[in-house]
Amino acid sequence: MEYRAPIESYSGVVREITIGKGEKALKIGGENILPFHFFDEGSLPNPPIFALEVWDMEPTDWPEWLLEPFKDVVSDPIKWAKRCENFGANAISFYLTSTDPATKDSSADEAAALTKNVAEAITIPLIVYGSGDDKKDAEVLPKVAEVCDGMNLLIGPVLKENYEVVGKAILAHGHLAIAQTPLDINLLKELNVKLCHFFPAERIVIDPLSSALGYGMEYSFTLIERVKQIGIIVKDSMTQMPMIANLGGECWKTKQAKESKEQGLLWEGITALSLLLAGANILILRHPEALRLIKETIGGEIWQK
Amino acid sequence: MPISGSQIVKMLPGRRPCKECGFPTCFAFAMKLASGGVTVDKCPYLSEETKIKLIDLLAPPMKLVTIGSGENKLEIGNEEVVYRHEKTFVHPPGIALLISDKESEAKVAEKIKKLKELQFPWVGLTLKADLLALYFESGDKDKFLALVKKVYRESSAPMILISEDMDTLFSARDICADRNPLLYPITKKNIEAGIPKIKEKPTPVGIRGGSVEELVPLTTKLKEAGIEDVVLDPGSKNSMEAIRDQTFIRRAAIKQGFRPLGYPTIALPCFMAKDGLKEIMAASILINKFAGIIVLSDFHQYSLLPTLVQRLNIYTDPRFPMAVEEKYYEVLEPDEYSPVLVTSNWALTYFLVSSAVEATKVPAYVCVKDSEGLGVLTAWAAGKFSGDSVGAFIKKCGVADRVKHRKLIIPGKVARIKGELEDALNLEWEITVGPKETTGLGKFLPAFTEKLKG
Repeated sequence: MEYRAPIESYSGVVREITIGKGEKALKIGGENILPFHFFDEGSLPNPPIFALEVWDMEPTDWPEWLLEPFKDVVSDPIKWAKRCENFGANAISFYLTSTDPATKDSSADEAAALTKNVAEAITIPLIVYGSGDDKKDAEVLPKVAEVCDGMNLLIGPVLKENYEVVGKAILAHGHLAIAQTPLDINLLKELNVKLCHFFPAERIVIDPLSSALGYGMEYSFTLIERVKQIGIIVKDSMTQMPMIANLGGECWKTKQAKESKEQGLLWEGITALSLLLAGANILILRHPEALRLIKETIGGEIWQK
Repeated sequence: MPISGSQIVKMLPGRRPCKECGFPTCFAFAMKLASGGVTVDKCPYLSEETKIKLIDLLAPPMKLVTIGSGENKLEIGNEEVVYRHEKTFVHPPGIALLISDKESEAKVAEKIKKLKELQFPWVGLTLKADLLALYFESGDKDKFLALVKKVYRESSAPMILISEDMDTLFSARDICADRNPLLYPITKKNIEAGIPKIKEKPTPVGIRGGSVEELVPLTTKLKEAGIEDVVLDPGSKNSMEAIRDQTFIRRAAIKQGFRPLGYPTIALPCFMAKDGLKEIMAASILINKFAGIIVLSDFHQYSLLPTLVQRLNIYTDPRFPMAVEEKYYEVLEPDEYSPVLVTSNWALTYFLVSSAVEATKVPAYVCVKDSEGLGVLTAWAAGKFSGDSVGAFIKKCGVADRVKHRKLIIPGKVARIKGELEDALNLEWEITVGPKETTGLGKFLPAFTEKLKG
């Protein structure tokens, strides 16, 4: 029997999206091969990118080894964001945690002004996450979009409850949307279909919700893997958006990550690596050492491909 | 590439409605053969040649290989898919701990003990590593054989014997052949001399090539010699090569039905990464990407636990939700004044609730009602979390004997079962509707408990 290397090729392509403006602009997506299948026919023009988390208020429940790299800057989001930039993050993911009615319930105006300051202070693209409270986000995110007009930020979560008001503001002010649905491929497609009635598909990033290792990671893994394959192999246009895996918070919330530094780094590192292999285009992490660990594990060579 | 019943029937005697196989016709027998419900030897009229051909055609695309013996034996291979969502992965990779004969006596003893004792309870399961890989590194044959003897005496774990020197490899094998160790590596250099030695006392062998392609003539040669308990190492030098090589082997076996690569694999991050955490990260790639055995130079509690949890996650059957046992669970150390909560038995639901409760530092009883592995709301919609059935469960689970109060917290998402549940519990329990999301327990539970005690 003769061996023929089982090389595959597909005809679907993930949409290529640019986050940020001018010198900060960074492209994601655009691939027509499955994740890390550099040996197949096709290409991955833009390697996955890594964002580090910055909050608009001091975190209260982070273990000391997670807080350690930032502890002198956590009260100042601008300094914190610059620190993350120095740690080698490709983007900053800024959390408007203080706007949550369950925490400080801070105002949309405050959040928007702060977001703009952070975005202007860094030389890498900015991702903005609201609190996830759909009603409050419907006030906060449109204000952020307006104040940061034209900066091409990646803003979310856009949910089925608020996609119209948030989506329209994001579009009107020249930003990109993170469409978020809870771990279900049908809900995910449905939100994209609804959003695409008025919102261009090439400005959407899918957030399928990421679960931590041991806390449902296999659901996120398989969902991301399937969404990617349905986009690239089956060419379903509603799954051909790049995906974001927002996993840092999920990992560091677990009991295991709070038990020891090494275990925490591996909890975040293994979750990230698994979701990366499944097909995530953007990964959001908390610990800079986990970021370094992943980059060193997957090696330098893929960044040139 | 499974063979169909109609292809098989052409190879059967036909025209001989003997029914000796227990089926009315050859065609019925062929159909059953194709679906795996019967074995070829049921037909007494097949020539030896046809029988061998059929057995080969009917074999699963990837061979099942057993390493070790007795209850600790490890089975790998027999996988049927490339992606877990296509069906499921079947045999989780064996995690092996490397012991070099250059390591100190104390270190060796520590590693043998570690493999035995480092275990983790996880949703009703016990997670642990599987094998010891003994590595001939010293150049002193007697030293290595002494190590093999020691491990043979002190551990019942399946063994991998690693030696570039053939003579040493087979001498080591002779010490522990009855334990069915894996011999590694067989290469193109030593295969000719190795085959008769392997056949003396057959045990599984790991073959190493410089590439996937180089493995093909080696497995072909072994098969001709009747050796099929084979594990493949394509010689990947780093993680990216490992993804490529493992993917090619899996695709060739499953999608092309290419027999010479239809075997499980072995990967050795112990020789790929120097730094401990990086080695674990490399292993994590290999768990996702098809490896059958993963050899680690060392591990600790903090690195073994995430590795084993990842393996569990990836090898969980995606067709069935993970469920936990129906009973009340004690979170922290609850007493007779601790709150009582009820939830469904999807493992994820239970995890979220118990870790949220733990985070509040309030000891509590978490009652888990069998809902066939569904989340709370889905379970309610499917009739598995109705007021009546939750009531019956609370009565029989015995939590009432553990607390002095009669106050029960139900998930906010099924607030509507409150009335029915009160009735089912004969109004003996006061039902409180808890938060809709587990994140809400942070505020809710301490306040609730305060009232309960005050």
